[in-house]
Amino acid sequence: MAEAASPSAAGQAGATSFGANSLGDRIFAGLAKTSGVLVLLLLGAIIFSLFWGGLPAFRAFGLPFLTSTDWDPVQNVFGAGVSIYGTLITSVLAIALAVPLAFGCAFFLTELAPAWLRQPIGTAIELLAAVPSIIYGMWGFFIIVPIMGDYVEPFFIDNFGDLPVIGDLFQGPAFGTGIFTSALILAIMILPFIAATMRDVFMTVPPVFKESAYGVGCTTWEVMRSIVLPYTRASVVGGIMLGLGRALGETMAVTFVIGNTNRISSSLFGPGNTIASIVALEFPESPQGSLKLSSLLALGFLLFVISFIVLAISRLLLRTKVKQ
Amino acid sequence: MSASITQPASHGIPGGARDHSVAAQLSRRRGRANLIAKVLCFSATAVALVFLFAILGTLFWLGFSGLHASVFTHMTRPPGSEGGLLNAIVGSIIQTFFGVLIGTPIGLMVGTYLAEYARGSLLGNAVRFVSDVLLSAPSILIGLFAYQLLVAPFGGFSGLAGIAALAVIVIPIVVRTTEDMLQLIPSSLREAAVALGAPKWKSIVMVCYRAAINGIATGVLLAIARVAGETAPLLFTSLGNLNWSVDLTGPMSSLPVTIYQYAGSAFEDWVQLAWVGALLITFGVLALNIIARVVLRRRS
Repeated sequence: MAEAASPSAAGQAGATSFGANSLGDRIFAGLAKTSGVLVLLLLGAIIFSLFWGGLPAFRAFGLPFLTSTDWDPVQNVFGAGVSIYGTLITSVLAIALAVPLAFGCAFFLTELAPAWLRQPIGTAIELLAAVPSIIYGMWGFFIIVPIMGDYVEPFFIDNFGDLPVIGDLFQGPAFGTGIFTSALILAIMILPFIAATMRDVFMTVPPVFKESAYGVGCTTWEVMRSIVLPYTRASVVGGIMLGLGRALGETMAVTFVIGNTNRISSSLFGPGNTIASIVALEFPESPQGSLKLSSLLALGFLLFVISFIVLAISRLLLRTKVKQ
Repeated sequence: MSASITQPASHGIPGGARDHSVAAQLSRRRGRANLIAKVLCFSATAVALVFLFAILGTLFWLGFSGLHASVFTHMTRPPGSEGGLLNAIVGSIIQTFFGVLIGTPIGLMVGTYLAEYARGSLLGNAVRFVSDVLLSAPSILIGLFAYQLLVAPFGGFSGLAGIAALAVIVIPIVVRTTEDMLQLIPSSLREAAVALGAPKWKSIVMVCYRAAINGIATGVLLAIARVAGETAPLLFTSLGNLNWSVDLTGPMSSLPVTIYQYAGSAFEDWVQLAWVGALLITFGVLALNIIARVVLRRRS
């Protein structure tokens, strides 16, 4: 706004005659600034309240809380190891599944699709992001879990379960629920976020770069690989981190299909836990003031720290290219 | 190639032929790579669309058959007694309405601050950064925050706590769209208002807001769509209530939480009602998203 205000330096003297207006200006500017500070305070309050609530658990279990795999409400012993592991493994798997698909969608929407098709397909993919997470959970539980349990998981267990090294990933009974199913649902949920970001950053490539490449005879794929991707690399990684940040904290969808077991299993089809799912599932059985509730809040604090770091990196990477 | 041109008699023709065949081979390989990449991208887009339509199809298939008038006229009832979703729907509307009502003005002022007052300032950058992080922060944590702030100290779950949690989710959404839309407004508009002697706040409220009204409305619609489907934060705040209650100081029902409870139950009619609720909420949310897009497009 400085550019609009500075030319009126000469009008400064005139402005004093609008005494009431300058009062209105001060009030409005004060309100705006206060609201801005409020947002900062909000973040501080969220972090503090989670930390404060988790303090008894941190005090009781110390640093080993982070790695301990115990979760025993009867003995009142709690640890975050299993749920941190579950959170990270489901999110990373989800990214691995979602990124190729999202890249394909973004490539299609920016380079391949005829102009009349871009808008409707782009909107349809964005609508995928608007579907509430509880719907993904329900759909996953009633539709995907039976398909996984009856067809997909038995197929992998029968065909890959005996292989050395990677065979361990495909062991155990085919429940349908578990780590892999959660990752699959998460992948569908974060796909539109990554695809939309990639599409937006692909659009920022100056057309003259692409035209030059086409001019020397590059194919569409070569233009994408050698011009568009190198130009947008940082923002593409930022978009992936944004998806990762979403996946880490996703609650309802995972809660339905993760299987809720406090155990680290080497198999991808084994049940598990994520921080968000254990908080949602165990909260009703955690009376106020109990060590269990404090442990859940401590888990919430850890989740906030993890997703804050991921989202902060994403923001820094994205800010360089996408003018938002 | 230059050799074959300067010495056409001796090596020219065989060398040229070899070059041609190498070039043809290379171009075939490049063409194939291009084709494969294109086919894979087509398939990726198709897969994404299949997921969308699979979800919508499932909702229609399983939800539509249970969509009777009783859903809107009856309360949630014990299994086997023909319950509806009235209290859940009303609870959702109340909490969404007040959440958006509280969150929107704050988000609007923050967006105004970022676009009109804080361009490039350190505080402004910090606020923008934090708001963007909050935009993607796990909503379950915002629920836990509201629990710590408004449920635990007052000794009971309440609709008010749910409203507060939803308002916190609304703020960054409105901030993002407001700032984006205000930045699109040409400086000449502001300068014209200043030249007419209007104080800054008047030029913002009467010129900038008016020019950006469609974009701001889009942000509010998207915020409504987002919080209407939020489940996780309400689990710790308004908890859910199987009886009729519009008392904001007590536990309050909401559609997503009721869906969560019913979908996980073992009773067939509850699961059926959960599908009906899912159908209602999804199509409501998608309709709001589409309306928001139409509103935004009318601007340009």
